[in-house]
Amino acid sequence: MPAIEGTGLTCQLGGRAVFAHLQLQIPHGGFVGIFGPNGAGKTSLLRALLGLIPLQDGTLRILGGDARGARTQIGYVSQSEPKEAEGRLSVAAFVGAAWRGERWGFNWHLAALHQAVRRALERVNADHLASRPLQSLSGGQRQRVRIAQALVNPARILLLDEPLNNLDPQSQQQVLQLAKTLTRQENMTVLMTAHDINPLLPFMDHVLYLANGKGRMGTVNDLLTTPMLSELYGTPVRVSEHDGMLSIRVGDGFIPETSHHCHDHGAQP
Amino acid sequence: MIMGLEYAFMRHALAAGTAIAVVSAAVGYFVTLRRQAFAAHALSHVGFAGAAGAILLSLDPYVGLFVITFLAALGLAWSGQRLSERDVGVGMILMFSLGLGVLFLNLYTANAQAAMSILFGSIVGVTTGQAWLSVGVASGALLLLAAMLRPLLYMSLNEEAAAGRGVPVKRLNTLFLGLLAITVAIAVPIIGALLIFALLVGPPAAAQLLSKNVFTGILTAVALGIGETWAGIGCAYYIGYPASTWIASLSFFVYLGATAIGPWRERESSDSTTVTAADPSGKGL
Repeated sequence: MPAIEGTGLTCQLGGRAVFAHLQLQIPHGGFVGIFGPNGAGKTSLLRALLGLIPLQDGTLRILGGDARGARTQIGYVSQSEPKEAEGRLSVAAFVGAAWRGERWGFNWHLAALHQAVRRALERVNADHLASRPLQSLSGGQRQRVRIAQALVNPARILLLDEPLNNLDPQSQQQVLQLAKTLTRQENMTVLMTAHDINPLLPFMDHVLYLANGKGRMGTVNDLLTTPMLSELYGTPVRVSEHDGMLSIRVGDGFIPETSHHCHDHGAQP
Repeated sequence: MIMGLEYAFMRHALAAGTAIAVVSAAVGYFVTLRRQAFAAHALSHVGFAGAAGAILLSLDPYVGLFVITFLAALGLAWSGQRLSERDVGVGMILMFSLGLGVLFLNLYTANAQAAMSILFGSIVGVTTGQAWLSVGVASGALLLLAAMLRPLLYMSLNEEAAAGRGVPVKRLNTLFLGLLAITVAIAVPIIGALLIFALLVGPPAAAQLLSKNVFTGILTAVALGIGETWAGIGCAYYIGYPASTWIASLSFFVYLGATAIGPWRERESSDSTTVTAADPSGKGL
């Protein structure tokens, strides 16, 4: 039974169809990279899985049951930087705020809270940051702490929206390695949206490509081919490989971020 | 007797001042965390217009203050994030309500003192009824805040994730703005509409700079609020000048001190990071 199973998923926002008749079959423990041009619905898909925006049509089953009931088992790291305290609120306090954070009343289980926070920080290799103010962290540390916050409640699915944005290559590798470890050691299902496909190539098991309101899912080799992407975009798309880097050309132009990335790597010795 | 406690007006001032300091600091902690300080400022100005309007209609200014502030909070909540976090929209409300307030004062010239006390506070003019009302409303507001503390904190730090886990973020935001309106409404006659930040933002903002975790943060804010209020009333009693001035000045200088101490403590703790790294005991929670 797949972790996420969707048939005919259709989502409209403000009268505009974001995606329509999307089929999803995401297995347990899979690492899925979600790609597509801006506005293709990558973020909307994650938010729809989480129930933050409604689906107009289709059936969605998560962890073998009703999507609504399964949502407490989904950890979510949004793309937008959350508002933070202006002061010295610590990493542990930030992570701990999410622990059973949906419950009303006072939290009397302080020992369990401390345990959950420490465990979550250990899983992202950030236990040494526990007492540091959130504001003092680097971009990569902050992203790992945000993932820890998503993991502080028991989660079996992790949704990461553009977690690699604004990170240097080394921090990107840390986040990717972390996601991979979660899938392998804990059989967690990870969905990660990204702009550039190349950093994810060694890590992900499946690719979900969204374009023109349509989506295709498959392995890297099956999906990222000239005919597949041409069909998806509705215009000629060329997929080519240089030194293990993929570049995707739509029409006559490069997709800038992909070509840019190739260029960066070409410049390195 | 110390601080003129033999006088009823001083007992009333201290009782009402303490209740308002506590609830303002606790609610204000989340106001600063959620960056809704400007919305709080606008609410106090709407409250001023409401109170001035009530005076004009020969009603109890308290009634006008409560009703109009509460309605304005509901309006802010209803307009959602579009307005409650957008400076221009909030500024427009602030401007319009001040304009109305001036009109009401202009139409009702007989009692300018009542309007002045709403604008700048009148801590020694607290009646027995006002003191009890302040204590009662503050207690209720604190209970409400305690009940919604965890989802409010989660939502304040990560609204989307909280919504994903089933926190009713829109309703909770409405509830919090309602709580803020109640707090503003009891605080305005005491500290003044124009000086609402002295208790609602000053102590919590200083506490944010001084504490690493939420509970010590709230407690620090409350302690600072009470301390500044008592010291302010004490200074007004022994030295003179309005208590509002003293409280606002203390609030300002305490915040200034916190901005100086915060970074200094930061260096201290980052120096010891390498030492504590071997023993991640989860402290600072």
